[in-house]
Amino acid sequence: MSPLPTVVIVGAGPAGIAAARRLAEAGLRPMLLDREPAVGGQILRQQAPGIELPPLPGFDPAAGPRMRSDLEALRDRIDWYPSTTVIAIEGNRLWAIGPSGEIDSTGWDRLLVCTGAHDRLVPVPGWTLPGVVTLGAAQIALKTQGCAVGRRIAFVGTGPLLYLSAAQHVAAGCDVAVVADTSGVGDAAAAVAGLLGDRARLALGLRCLRILARAGVRRVRRVTALAVEGDDRVTGLVIHAGRRRTTFPCDAVAIGFGLVPQTQLLDLAGVELAPESRSGLWLPVLDAAGRTSMPGVYAAGDGATLAGAEAAGLMGERAALAVLEDLHLASDRDRAAWLDRELARHAGLARALARAFPFPTRLEESIDDATVICRCEGVTAGAVRSAVGEFDAGEVNRLKALTRCGMGRCQGRICGPVLARLVARASGRSLAEVGRLRAQAPVEPLPARTRRADAADATP
Amino acid sequence: MADTDEAGERRVPAPRLVRLGRRSAARVAFTIDDEAAEGFEGDTLLTAILTNRSDLGAIGPDPRRRAGFCLMGICQDCWVRLADGRRVRACTTRLEPGMAVLLEAVEVHW
Amino acid sequence: MTTRLEAEVCVVGGGLVGCATALHLAMRRVPCIVLERGLCGGQASGVNYGGVRRQGRTLAELPLADRARRLWGRLARLVDGDCEFRATGHLRLARDAAELAGLERWAAEARSFGVACEILGPDRLAERWPWLGPGLAGGSFCADDGQANPRLATPLFARAARRHGARIIEQRAVLAVERIPSGFHLQAAGGLEVRARILVNAAGAWGPGLAALLGERLPGEVIAPNMLVSEPLPYRIEPNLGMAGPGVYLRQIPSGSVIFGGGRGTADPETGRCRPLLATSLATLEEACRIVPDLARATIIRTWAGIEGRTPDDLPVIGASATVPGLFHAFGFSGHGFMLAPAVGAVLAELVLDGHSSTSLAGLAPSRFGVGRAGST
Repeated sequence: MSPLPTVVIVGAGPAGIAAARRLAEAGLRPMLLDREPAVGGQILRQQAPGIELPPLPGFDPAAGPRMRSDLEALRDRIDWYPSTTVIAIEGNRLWAIGPSGEIDSTGWDRLLVCTGAHDRLVPVPGWTLPGVVTLGAAQIALKTQGCAVGRRIAFVGTGPLLYLSAAQHVAAGCDVAVVADTSGVGDAAAAVAGLLGDRARLALGLRCLRILARAGVRRVRRVTALAVEGDDRVTGLVIHAGRRRTTFPCDAVAIGFGLVPQTQLLDLAGVELAPESRSGLWLPVLDAAGRTSMPGVYAAGDGATLAGAEAAGLMGERAALAVLEDLHLASDRDRAAWLDRELARHAGLARALARAFPFPTRLEESIDDATVICRCEGVTAGAVRSAVGEFDAGEVNRLKALTRCGMGRCQGRICGPVLARLVARASGRSLAEVGRLRAQAPVEPLPARTRRADAADATP
Repeated sequence: MADTDEAGERRVPAPRLVRLGRRSAARVAFTIDDEAAEGFEGDTLLTAILTNRSDLGAIGPDPRRRAGFCLMGICQDCWVRLADGRRVRACTTRLEPGMAVLLEAVEVHW
Repeated sequence: MTTRLEAEVCVVGGGLVGCATALHLAMRRVPCIVLERGLCGGQASGVNYGGVRRQGRTLAELPLADRARRLWGRLARLVDGDCEFRATGHLRLARDAAELAGLERWAAEARSFGVACEILGPDRLAERWPWLGPGLAGGSFCADDGQANPRLATPLFARAARRHGARIIEQRAVLAVERIPSGFHLQAAGGLEVRARILVNAAGAWGPGLAALLGERLPGEVIAPNMLVSEPLPYRIEPNLGMAGPGVYLRQIPSGSVIFGGGRGTADPETGRCRPLLATSLATLEEACRIVPDLARATIIRTWAGIEGRTPDDLPVIGASATVPGLFHAFGFSGHGFMLAPAVGAVLAELVLDGHSSTSLAGLAPSRFGVGRAGST
């Protein structure tokens, strides 16, 4: 009897869990890895025990525990590796640091990458001050740690999360200084139109707006410029909208402009990535089922697309069906067809939301020379623009080499998209020509004292 | 916001994070720069530090003071040093009893 | 659409050697064209360790290394830019008595080439550099050696060469080359054709391939030195560190990152792609933490590899071709060419224009592998 093919799923959020369930049902015993100690990804991240919050709109406190008990039901049919951080992929081997801090590697026959996304940022003056956090950070602090990121929080950016986060904070009893959106009223109309196909999401959006209105939260739309005030910590947020300039005193700013899929592992696996026209972000080239350009490598969820968190579970299941098809195991055509239809519908919703909350290109274009764009290395926009001019450089990895932008601890996750677009504008080249920062192992910081789990017979 | 009050005493800045509502979990004792501090079971080290202090100090040779940014292990802004020599990413590290965090210690050895 | 260009000299390879050659030719008002397959300095020149040292080299390289060291000292003026060269000294460490004896022998021989090294026993080592770990038998310190930033060097040389009139064309891999009565005719990517009287082969790992296109057999294998870098740490390690034998080499830059090297990654010469190997990186780290124990507290944030050409005797091939008139070679630097490159450029310009160089290239000639010997590796 031939051994089962080794299927490895990286990321145990909604996409990874759905894939694991499907593959387990097919008898494959997949390996499921996540760097957190519990499943859930970001949105359903495990709450600390004993947190007592009032009901928050759009937050079902039972959803995460439900997912975790789903995992328990699967435990005897999968290999679950919590607190396991994948840091490198070499051919069809991956390296991961386990809970003991030791590093080990495993080969794989099929790899499904479900590594999720993080907030997309536009650097503004003062954004590196203590007290400025991402919208995602505000959510994690609130829901999983029962904390507010400040006493009076300004919410700024664009996207549904901006309103959801602000409304949840109001419901939790926080003081919200302002909700400032770079999108406009016209964009909101597009949102409503697009969301008519999803009553639940539309209803949630309207509920959030009602909560903000009832609390008297100031709302600003069509924001064209921002600056965070303060010397050694946040003291206020300056907002320009049209000709109006208003300062909102606050001690924290939560900022975010949509999401950036985490594609570092896919990059190391050698899959093809391409710039997506609306967002300008480099995304893996996928077929409808989640197959990448690399045979044996699949991707699903927020780590691969901009289709939205609700689609993640469906994508995970669809990719699992693709794995089964490709392994010539019993698959389920009807289910695949249904998933494809649902995913198309979600893609349409995601496009509507992207039209409703467009990425603020103007805000990004007007980053002034003195503003730091690389937090880790302290590199300013002006330094990058100078290097483009001085060396006639128009390729993003070259600009990284010349300015150190993207060389810091976060390896360009935060500044990468901004850098590429800044270089494109400064050099007059297209996004495709400018390229993207190449992922390099380790994709997470590797402690120098890390030992190999198989140290006894370690030979390089 | 001045850091000294009328008597010229150095005012300690308020902790960055604000706990909301009740937390019915066990308290966990730890230290920051050898001073006693308290958190709760289930806190990340970042939550524990920033509910006691206004920032995480500086990291390595960069003098910029940090206070967390993404809180999900992406931005790498929240690495802190422990007295046992380990460096850990505060937002993805669980608070453990007796942890000794060094925010202001002089870097004699790394 | 075909573009046809002509120049006195065509340099194949826009790495540090190619761009330094172009600069020196341009400074003597000799028009040259540089053809680079990707971006200047995109291969080994841009991703190497960055050591600038004479210490430890095979003696045949010392005349060239000596000239190079003088150039590094005035590089800022030469290229009108800062390659971040610092004479931090180079410290070579011995793990046992035999290695220490080897260091002493080398120091004695190198003295006649003008290289001054100080031999230290374990106590003096510990006193001077307290962060060194135990178990070392001693070391050799060359105070005038140092380090620079390889990411900046080639772009700065390319810019300087262009300012002096050299024509450097990127994204133009050479597809074919043939001898013609007036010299050489090359076909490159993008429909570019170049004619030149003189051809300089500065094609790095692709050097033997280019020579073979003209019927000259020169040996070379492709290697991929494995590199790592840490997060920024408070600045403590001043000298550029290496071992007496094969092993880890490491240096710290003023902004705090520590750069490590040692061992190999993997390289595919066909595609020009190379990547580091985590197993190699872990082994390098283990050794580095024995040499500098405090490094155990650091974290590594990036690894990489570069494609390098290596010759059977680990010495570069520099000089006029043994079989093809008008062809000059400068490749095969076997992992330690960065420091030499500025001088190699000056020497090649002399060879091309004057027929000889003031710097001894004994032991580095292409003919040392046998003239046109078939099947040599």
